[in-house]
Amino acid sequence: MVGIVGFGSYVPSYRIKAQTIAAQWGDDAAAIERGLMLKEKTVPGRDEDTITIAIAAAKNALKRARIDPKLIGAVYIGSESHPYAVKPSGTVLIDALGIGPDVHVADFEFACKAGSEAMFVAYSHVKSGNMDYAMGIGADTSQGAPGDALEYSASAGGAAFIFGAKDVLADVKFTHSYTSDTADFWRREYQHYPRHGGRFTGEPAYFKHVLGCGERLLEKSGMKAQDFAFAVFHMPNGKFPLKAGNTLGFTNEQMEQGWVVNLMGNTYSGSSPTGLAAILDVAKPGDKIFMVSFGSGAGSDGFIFEATDKITETQDLASKTRDLLTGKKFYLDYGHYVAYRRKILFNE
Amino acid sequence: MAISPRYTREIPHRYRLEAQRFSSGYVTLANRYVDPETGSREFENITLSGKGKILTWTVISIAADAYTRETPFVIAVIETEEGARLTAQVVDCMPEDVKTGASVELVFRKIMEEGASGIINYGYKAILI
Repeated sequence: MVGIVGFGSYVPSYRIKAQTIAAQWGDDAAAIERGLMLKEKTVPGRDEDTITIAIAAAKNALKRARIDPKLIGAVYIGSESHPYAVKPSGTVLIDALGIGPDVHVADFEFACKAGSEAMFVAYSHVKSGNMDYAMGIGADTSQGAPGDALEYSASAGGAAFIFGAKDVLADVKFTHSYTSDTADFWRREYQHYPRHGGRFTGEPAYFKHVLGCGERLLEKSGMKAQDFAFAVFHMPNGKFPLKAGNTLGFTNEQMEQGWVVNLMGNTYSGSSPTGLAAILDVAKPGDKIFMVSFGSGAGSDGFIFEATDKITETQDLASKTRDLLTGKKFYLDYGHYVAYRRKILFNE
Repeated sequence: MAISPRYTREIPHRYRLEAQRFSSGYVTLANRYVDPETGSREFENITLSGKGKILTWTVISIAADAYTRETPFVIAVIETEEGARLTAQVVDCMPEDVKTGASVELVFRKIMEEGASGIINYGYKAILI
């Protein structure tokens, strides 16, 4: 049995409300909240970035895994906001957590699915017998241009998963990936903000890949939506994952626990992984979990997990995702928000 | 902090809280190889838990150049469970919530950036728990 032996998440304490952003740009706050189905989003502190978020999440994963960090043979961080253009985020993480130096480290990028991509590769290493433990992390401090629709959702957070073959708490039963060249969202080098294809990001991009991956994963497993206790999908807004899940036959009740977007926003590479962490926080032995990520460009990674008898004893060993989302919060006004997100240009 | 060689040298204590405990019981986080009180060179390497209490603190309103846009912020002298004393910024709090004796936990944060093209310095800061 190969699967998750430790998981953890982290979200910053800072928030901005959708109505605060709407007031800045003269948008209809009620229409925005209704359309995107989100009320607020997380904002990284001035001293937080993808590296610090990944480390905080990975610390929580290690608390649950209860293993010697030196046993971890690979660490992959998926993000579209790595702090350095050239210098891997994972190098800081392994030295901060006492992993390595005998460790394979790489940073992944695939818009919003870089985190699930990191999980996919980490899992495959252990499954192949190449190493005993490997860690996959999705973390982002995502950017939306001022005044753009993305500004309401682009947020910060992440989740980390350690894969292993001993004391597994969530067995990986099936995986699938589904990818095509679809230019729905991109950022060219040296550009501060991404661009997107507006409505083209919907049916031809998000739904084509999430549903394509989801349908094949169900076919592969021979399972039906009603066989699952929980389902989580990439959450660019509140509506898309619910619509995709409903199309595949999942009920809103199955998606409720992992649907953290209304309180968190879209943490890009950390989105569906953070939702999965919220599910693992409460899953019971035998619960089956369906997960499909999405990254623009475009592709989806799908996983089917089954919680084991080990899961219960690990759930209280570290902070839970929904406790982090509803715990300490500092609401920012728009001026502080743009300062925190470094959207103001200064003379050096 | 400083350029790459010094930054790299300081990683064990700044990233992982690796400290020294001397035979006299004196614990130091910044690397020391001689006990300043007894002159002893007998010590063991330990890793601090990251938990501690605020001994004293102040609010910085006029900061060094690298931190002018972060004011006001709190700097505290903290004593860890093991007895090491260190100075750290206390973050994710309102200055009025900081009290002498408050329990804190050290977290991994960005300390500063060496300009727009230099390295990014990471290390410990404290949050109230």
